[in-house]
Amino acid sequence: MRTISTPKLIATHVSLMAACAIVLYPVLWVIKMALTPSQGFSMSPNPIPDQVSMHNFQHLVTMNDGIFWRQLGNSIIISVATTVIGVALACTAAYAFSRFRFPGRTLGMAGFLITQMFPGVVMAIPLYILLNRLDLLNTLSGLVLVYSTSSLPFCVWMLKGYFDTIPRDLEEAAIMDGASQWVIFTQVILPLARPAIVVTALFSFMTAWNEFILAATFLTKREMFTLPMVLQSFVGSYSTDWGYFAAGAIIVSLPVMLLFFALQKFLVGGLTAGAVKG
Amino acid sequence: MIRTRRALRALVLAWALVCCIIQTAWADEITLWHSYRGAEQETLEGLLKEWNAQHPELTVTAEPFAPGVYTSKLTNDIPQGNGPDLFIAAHERVGDWSQTKLLREWTEQDASWASYHPTTVEALVYDGKRWGIPLSYKSVALFYNTEMVQVPPDTTDALIAEAKKHTASKEKRYGLVYESTNMYMHAGWLFGFGGQIFDAQGNFVLESAESADSFAFARALVNEHGVVPEEADGTLVSHLFNSRQAAFAINGPWFLGELDKDLPYAIAPLPIVSSTGQPAKPFLTVEAAFISARTENPDGARQVALFLADRQASITRAIKGRQPVANLSAYQDRRLSEDRVLMTFRRQLDASVPMPNRPEMSSVWEPTNRALRRVMRGAVEPDAALTEAKALFEVFQRPPPKERSLAPLITGLALLLLIALAIGARRFMRENMWPQVKANLPAYVYLAPAILGMMILIVIPFVVGSIVSLFVHTQGSFTFVGIENFYRIITSQDYGVTDPLSFYFTLLVTVMWTAINVFLHVSIGMGLALLLREPWLKMRGIYRVLLIVPWAVPNYITALIWKGMFHKQFGAINGVLDALGLEPVSWFSKFSTAFAANVTTNTWLGFPFMMVVILGALQAIPRDLEEAAEVDGASWWQRMRYVTLPLLRPSLVPAVVLGTVWTFNMFNIIYLVSGGEPDGATEILISESYKWAFERQNQYGYAAAYSVLIFLVLLAYSASTGQLKTRD
Repeated sequence: MRTISTPKLIATHVSLMAACAIVLYPVLWVIKMALTPSQGFSMSPNPIPDQVSMHNFQHLVTMNDGIFWRQLGNSIIISVATTVIGVALACTAAYAFSRFRFPGRTLGMAGFLITQMFPGVVMAIPLYILLNRLDLLNTLSGLVLVYSTSSLPFCVWMLKGYFDTIPRDLEEAAIMDGASQWVIFTQVILPLARPAIVVTALFSFMTAWNEFILAATFLTKREMFTLPMVLQSFVGSYSTDWGYFAAGAIIVSLPVMLLFFALQKFLVGGLTAGAVKG
Repeated sequence: MIRTRRALRALVLAWALVCCIIQTAWADEITLWHSYRGAEQETLEGLLKEWNAQHPELTVTAEPFAPGVYTSKLTNDIPQGNGPDLFIAAHERVGDWSQTKLLREWTEQDASWASYHPTTVEALVYDGKRWGIPLSYKSVALFYNTEMVQVPPDTTDALIAEAKKHTASKEKRYGLVYESTNMYMHAGWLFGFGGQIFDAQGNFVLESAESADSFAFARALVNEHGVVPEEADGTLVSHLFNSRQAAFAINGPWFLGELDKDLPYAIAPLPIVSSTGQPAKPFLTVEAAFISARTENPDGARQVALFLADRQASITRAIKGRQPVANLSAYQDRRLSEDRVLMTFRRQLDASVPMPNRPEMSSVWEPTNRALRRVMRGAVEPDAALTEAKALFEVFQRPPPKERSLAPLITGLALLLLIALAIGARRFMRENMWPQVKANLPAYVYLAPAILGMMILIVIPFVVGSIVSLFVHTQGSFTFVGIENFYRIITSQDYGVTDPLSFYFTLLVTVMWTAINVFLHVSIGMGLALLLREPWLKMRGIYRVLLIVPWAVPNYITALIWKGMFHKQFGAINGVLDALGLEPVSWFSKFSTAFAANVTTNTWLGFPFMMVVILGALQAIPRDLEEAAEVDGASWWQRMRYVTLPLLRPSLVPAVVLGTVWTFNMFNIIYLVSGGEPDGATEILISESYKWAFERQNQYGYAAAYSVLIFLVLLAYSASTGQLKTRD
């Protein structure tokens, strides 16, 4: 371990704290509005809450006979399923792109990128008609399918790039030991790619967690609604219930931060270096 | 024997099943959609519970929707047969909805129309037919703080005089707050001065001396008298009136829910315009129950609608839901006739103008709002602004291109497909690819599920959606016009190349927007990631979590907080500039500053994602390489340039490429922060496309053509920079 000079240490901490301050400053108003029982928008110069009330949170979880918990459940189910399906599909696809040289490879990679260039504005209605035909409107699985395919291109590209950096020697050693392609993929490559898998998992989760336009297009029953839809329902044509919205925004962001906190040790694990040395 | 008995039993079972099905079909259910929330929602649902208890044979299920998506929900779901039987909505789209066959007509005998206020009934008539039954009405009125104002003024001169007493702009106190640059809020002055939007024949007649007077009056409120703050949007109105920094506010009944519990306030009708002697007449919106054209039970739906519109339910809606109700007999109830708030809105109803329900109304907002803002900003004089508004309205209303034959499209597509297939097959044969395919079979298996999903859920919807670009949409019907939409966009027909509406102007803005954002995202993300990976840094776990907060919090609210921070008079940023002794900046009145506000917000929102990606990517770099370079005496920059960056490249490229594509199509920040200000100059291509689709008379074909062009631009960009090729 190298020793770090004190000025450098202080400079690093100071710059990171400054960054955190800039990042958190606007968020303080979200907290203030969430803790203030009125529904007005606060533009006061001082973002420190002058009263602390749980009214908005209470209203959120108790309104309409506590349907909030059900809607939170929907959001969790959809996001977790999207993450699992999206990452699983992306890992296999990215592995194929990284380790095989097959006809159609370039076209396939380009295809994934190209799909991201389609502006969503023209796709919502055809997608709605398609899901209607497949009888998937008003179902959580319909949304999961749409979300996992929309997060796929990034996941595939990200993972393929990361797989490329994993040295081939490891696989060659495994082949010598008689391991099958599948064993190499699951036992050698995937554990090494953990940081990239964490990034793609977080990305897939967020794709589903915060989306509301498609959800609102496909869902019509309130038992099926997701949290972003609930939040958006506080935004009226002329006025918005800012207190409820802010409280909801905090509830929506907490799981993301917890998830990131739990996952970050895999993000910075630095496994490849050790593996190569070993 | 046994067999006959079994057969008999099966028959009985089947009969029972049939009976069961018939019964469920007869025990009718009505679905009702609405977009109410708060007290209005609770009251409506309470009433429906009552109905369900009394009518077990006809139960009603209510589904609430966010107002922002409600209209598109109705127009999507009803034609597909997934819509409600009955729905509650504002009247202003009646013209559009009746022409697109969403609504079922009401006959003369269906209701006793005389029981409702005639203005509210009239608002629901289009093409001489009745389309809904009125429930309640909404318009703005004058709110005042009773601690500051005892007697509400009855003329505009008195209002200005009173407001001046409560104005101290140094202390950020204002006499009057209202959204002065919003046509909906301005309408009261417009009609009070004698202006008009449409004449009886439906011609757009806003351009008049009376309208110009009303614009000049609104400008004087802000500039000359200084009683109204600049750039007041809904959030500022709510903030100032609640924090007792404003004596008067012009707002509607929805404002009641936003007011602090202990705020002393009262409501009065808008004053009489002193120079004309006419009352200021705000827009009136009538909320009505509409029967869906696709309902299977129109009689049931009508019964429920009549129940909600009736005297008894109207009284409940008025008292519990705080709705100004349309049913006249409800006002005989003393609880209503003695309610000062409800009676004020009742008086305002007599001095109001129902929002025109003709489809052309949807093309009015953008031109008129822009005209108002330009006048307020001092960019043009009122009469010139009105001329510009008329010109813009006419662009949105221009006649559709002529219909073309479909045959060339179909043959063209078929030919293209054949050529593509032929080229592919030829390459396949020439390069003898079959053995390679066979050797790599597992790769295809690995890929199959992902490709299949992408094909069905992304490629097909996009191709279908793109075909719309060859059509023109007018009131629910599509006409094939070939490449006319593209031709109009490419040749910048109807407006100059340097006009913000032009494709080329917007393209330039979009390219700048994308390049600057991606550069900032990547460089800030990289800087922080490099700091945050150091093992010697204590608390780095906490820093990391705090720094992803902008990604975690829903950006709808944070973007609006940023917009608030850029406010000229109340924003934190001008507060800092002021503390440093600098002039405050009017951020949204110049292109450069409005653009900078958008970029700042989007950078704040977007860098955490890049930081996380780079943190992950950095793990692929063996630290010993960098350390070896350091031992060899390489400087920090040399290590970055020759060791870190090249190793980072494979995992960074996808994030940068995709980040570019996403930023190119990132419209919601523009929409929320600058809103395209000034004069649509900060719009990007995708937000223009949205506007053509939803705010300019639903020109879906033109919007789709925009989207196809966006796609082609991105495709050309990535092809020319070689990003579509796979590097190994």
